Amino acid sequence: MLRIRYVTLTTLLLIFALVLTACTTVPAAPAPAAPADAAATEAPAAEAPAPEGVTELRITWYNDGNEGEVLRDLLDRFEADNPDIKVIIDTVDYASGIQQTLPIQLEAGEGPDMARVTQLGIVAKYMLDLRPYLSNPEYWEANFGPFLKWMQAEPGGNAIPGFMTQLTVTGPFINRTLFEQAGVAVPSDSSDQVTWQEWADAARQVAEATGTFAMAMDRSGHRLAGPAVSMGAKYFNDEGYPALVGDQGFKDMAQLMVDWHADGTMVPEVWIGSAGSYQAAAPYFINGQLVFYMAGSWQVGNFNTNIGDAFDWEAVPNPCGPAACTGMPGGAALVAINTTKHPEAVARVMEYLTSEEVMNEFYARTLFIPGHLGLAEKGVDFQAELPQTMKSLSVFSAEVGKLAPLAYDLQAYPFNTILFNANRDRLTQVFTGELTLDEAIQRMQEDIDAGIAGAQ
Amino acid sequence: MTGIGEFLTRTRGRGRLDGSDILTYAYLTLGTILMFLPVLWLVFSSFKTQAALLRFPPDLLPYDQKSVMVEGYDQPLPLFNVTMPDGSVRQLAQVRRVGLEGQMVDPASPGEIIKVNINDREELREVRLAWENYTEPLQRFNFLVYLRNSIVVTVAATIITLLINSMAAFALAKYEFRGSTFIFILIISTLMIPISVILVPVFLVITGIGWNNNLWGVIIPGAATPTGVFLLRQYMLTIPDELIDSARIDGASEWRVYWQLIMPLSAPALAVLAIFSVMWRWNDFLWPLIVLSRSELFTLQVGLASFQGELNTPWNYVLAMTVMTLLPITLVFAVLQRFITTGIATTGMK
Amino acid sequence: MTAKPQRTPALPPERVPLHARIGHFFYLIYAGVMTVLGWLAEPIQRLIGAARMPYFFVLPNLLIFGLFVLFPMLLNIYYSFTGGNNLFPQDRPFVGGQNYQQIFNCANLFDPATCREDRFWRGFYNTAFFVVFQVGGMVVLAMLTAVVLNRSIWGRSFFRSVFFYPVLLSPVVVALIWKWILQRDGLLNALLVSLGMERIVFFLNANWAVFWVIFISIWAQMGFYTLILLAGLQSIPRDMYEAADMDGANRWQSFRGITLPLLMPTLLVVLVLSVIRAVQVFDQVWVLTGGGPGTATVYVVQYIYETAFANQTRQFGMASAASVVLGIVLLVLTLIQLRAGRQSDIA
Repeated sequence: MLRIRYVTLTTLLLIFALVLTACTTVPAAPAPAAPADAAATEAPAAEAPAPEGVTELRITWYNDGNEGEVLRDLLDRFEADNPDIKVIIDTVDYASGIQQTLPIQLEAGEGPDMARVTQLGIVAKYMLDLRPYLSNPEYWEANFGPFLKWMQAEPGGNAIPGFMTQLTVTGPFINRTLFEQAGVAVPSDSSDQVTWQEWADAARQVAEATGTFAMAMDRSGHRLAGPAVSMGAKYFNDEGYPALVGDQGFKDMAQLMVDWHADGTMVPEVWIGSAGSYQAAAPYFINGQLVFYMAGSWQVGNFNTNIGDAFDWEAVPNPCGPAACTGMPGGAALVAINTTKHPEAVARVMEYLTSEEVMNEFYARTLFIPGHLGLAEKGVDFQAELPQTMKSLSVFSAEVGKLAPLAYDLQAYPFNTILFNANRDRLTQVFTGELTLDEAIQRMQEDIDAGIAGAQ
Repeated sequence: MTGIGEFLTRTRGRGRLDGSDILTYAYLTLGTILMFLPVLWLVFSSFKTQAALLRFPPDLLPYDQKSVMVEGYDQPLPLFNVTMPDGSVRQLAQVRRVGLEGQMVDPASPGEIIKVNINDREELREVRLAWENYTEPLQRFNFLVYLRNSIVVTVAATIITLLINSMAAFALAKYEFRGSTFIFILIISTLMIPISVILVPVFLVITGIGWNNNLWGVIIPGAATPTGVFLLRQYMLTIPDELIDSARIDGASEWRVYWQLIMPLSAPALAVLAIFSVMWRWNDFLWPLIVLSRSELFTLQVGLASFQGELNTPWNYVLAMTVMTLLPITLVFAVLQRFITTGIATTGMK
Repeated sequence: MTAKPQRTPALPPERVPLHARIGHFFYLIYAGVMTVLGWLAEPIQRLIGAARMPYFFVLPNLLIFGLFVLFPMLLNIYYSFTGGNNLFPQDRPFVGGQNYQQIFNCANLFDPATCREDRFWRGFYNTAFFVVFQVGGMVVLAMLTAVVLNRSIWGRSFFRSVFFYPVLLSPVVVALIWKWILQRDGLLNALLVSLGMERIVFFLNANWAVFWVIFISIWAQMGFYTLILLAGLQSIPRDMYEAADMDGANRWQSFRGITLPLLMPTLLVVLVLSVIRAVQVFDQVWVLTGGGPGTATVYVVQYIYETAFANQTRQFGMASAASVVLGIVLLVLTLIQLRAGRQSDIA
């Protein structure tokens, strides 16, 4: 009896072992003999360990679309021409991989050679200055100058840690087909300076006529910042320290958001349906349920694939407030990490990737707004056919030049994520009635103070 | 097997079929639907295209728009049922859509373009499994490598956990020794602390040892589970001491007592811990992600999550990859379910 | 030893089933490995004597436990007295009790809105609520299911597996499955609409969100406890019921008088294990609601996780202080449970 029961247990355990031995030559069970070492040396053929004399470089990367495939393509060509360097892309998910665990790995000195990151201010202290290894630093300064500022730990530095894989600019998309069905004129067709309230009124009319949602904004303080700056928000005091209490412009925009959630203008679950994380409203837009969607240039590739020509979607210029008509810049950068043992090799890869021809191909195939000033001026020959896509890309490219100076300052501010997350989470508590707007702004300030104090 | 009649009356010594049996089956049927339907829905949904996923009300089966190759066009064109001005319905392929107007062709006579109001056309759909939800993400990475890493971690960790936990539980259950109470209280007091709370300090220890990017760094830290020691000790307390004493009188060493007597007698409790351990390790996500940064060492959970971007989550891939992580553990369960459920059911932990 | 005596019919000796043969094969491997390990253990016994062998047995577990559980926890306590966002303890400035002061900086401890760290206290009370209702609801349902499965019914082992299956799913998968069903355009709303009812956006309403969070974690874990309770039920001797039957007791009376008291020890194990799981609730809810709407489903572990990782300043000190506060509360709870368990053993 006991013997039989015991036997079933060992069977359970050891069938696992059998599966294991079928998959690998590692003698794993019952005495696990160094599976880790074996796994490390027995890497698959595609990622075989580098032979003698070949430098192996690692990029920690994440994907929003097809950019990983494009990069791999480009790097394959590089490796063919440079047999002494091999570049491996380790793809992780953004939220837990790039945002949460990469900084800890970097701090422990266990980072990769290069990484694609978005929170440039916070990762800046782990970045490697490539300047001494570059053959032509002037090229970098000329083409990436303003963005290099975002990657420098100290203001006024001249480090060259990397380049922008994409420049993003926030701005709204509309579903023109819904406007046509509702018989409502698209406000931006007749005016260059449409206010946020005018857009909201028009979108509400369309939504009522077509049974859809009027507006949505990604759940993000960064998305809110463009409209807020337009409404006259200052965000900083005279010393350059974040000061939200008494910032009338910010409060005006926040009040608009509160009203729009109260009266059903905004899709409620985007902001209210979450408490501590980013949420995109793209599915509503893709599904044709949304008239006006405040997102940004990165959605063009997504809509190109997933909407196609199912309806007429397009980006429109950022709406206006009393102070400006601006969105927010942003983007992701590929940067060198200062713990790399092969800075020269890293610099060679970087130089290859940033050469005008390669950059052009990268941006053209990924449908990213170029973060390369030379290409931005010449225009990238995007590989897309849809008129909706081409129009949206040109709207966003034009928006880059129209951004308010404060928008750039906010993006360059190293602790902006603290600021944006506090905005996002505290404002949500106003929508649900847990806080009043004044209390929420007070809380935001406290969160920001605590966060910055902790970071310094 | 004896007669059906006896079979039905076996438990609790009550011999009559009555209303409570109907209630019983009603409850079990409802329970089965509630337990299985959500998972089935996930599997069904994972075969839908992104467009079909966003449809409301959702279809039960995965539909996709029918398309057809038309002479003179490189790409297959989507098919529509079009209501013509005279009221007849024709099947046309759409070349392109301009505003509110669709430019269509008849697949039989592709020469002539027919212009149609988009409200007069209806997609022609067919049932099609969107295998690309599976094949596209799987092509991007080496599924077999992730699977192997997951199996190595799960099996090695489970064996180590069972071995060292049972040794410790044996000592704590069957010996009086100085410090035993202290050790037990120490272990018990950490029973309730969620591991995510001490993630950072554990990572520091791993870095100190140099186990970054090493599967040992994933396997070892979770091996000394307080829950395991607690469960096994409680179970071993029920084993009569006389058995051990008589084994000793027969000249067995303490180690022999442990592996030849105690372990077989504790098999049910070990089975429970084995299941726990397999589940924990197989499903673990955050810890492997911190320790491992090289993709050839990624476990299945880490690898399959890697297509989730900053700004977009492709739901069709998320659902398909979720099914992929479910599949191996479900297969193992299907094969071994009898052992697993009876294993737990005979534990009778006290 | 518990057993379910007549259930497995004895096998005729000449027919050894395949799984037993495979099992025997693996038993030989097990025996081989254990014998080899014995070559280490037995000389040690000769060296230190049988009385000291328990130290040998606890040593491997204790080493790993000390290095990867206990030491990190002590480090965690030290962290809670430091500030800044550096990783290594030597780089972190000592700030004394500042983090604790901030946590307990409340006008009224029972009203989270008056606290500086209001999210911690909201999480704290949400967790307490969750533990009570999730554990309560689950134990009742698991008990009911176990009683039903203990009847002589057709397909019992099938139903046992059905109820157990969700236990195998990871919290993230469970959350994804249900998110997919409960969202605005999900299956449940399609059902409601087809029945002529209004659509409900469940995760916009705090009460619904809390309900579903509790419901789903019961769904995911119940099977395990059902099986444990089933085992307990099966260990109750049948003649006790027969005796009660003859005394004219009805089913409810025999359940109250026999089943419940004899099941008490099993119930205690179930209670301890399920409270542990409930207090640690995090990943499932994090994927399902992200803590929303507002902060209705923010739980303590989520607060700790966000403070340490998700917020870009990574306030380890604050997170550690919160985890120490949580740990003290849990320790007290565990001790109470153990005390209760010991008393019921005596009874």
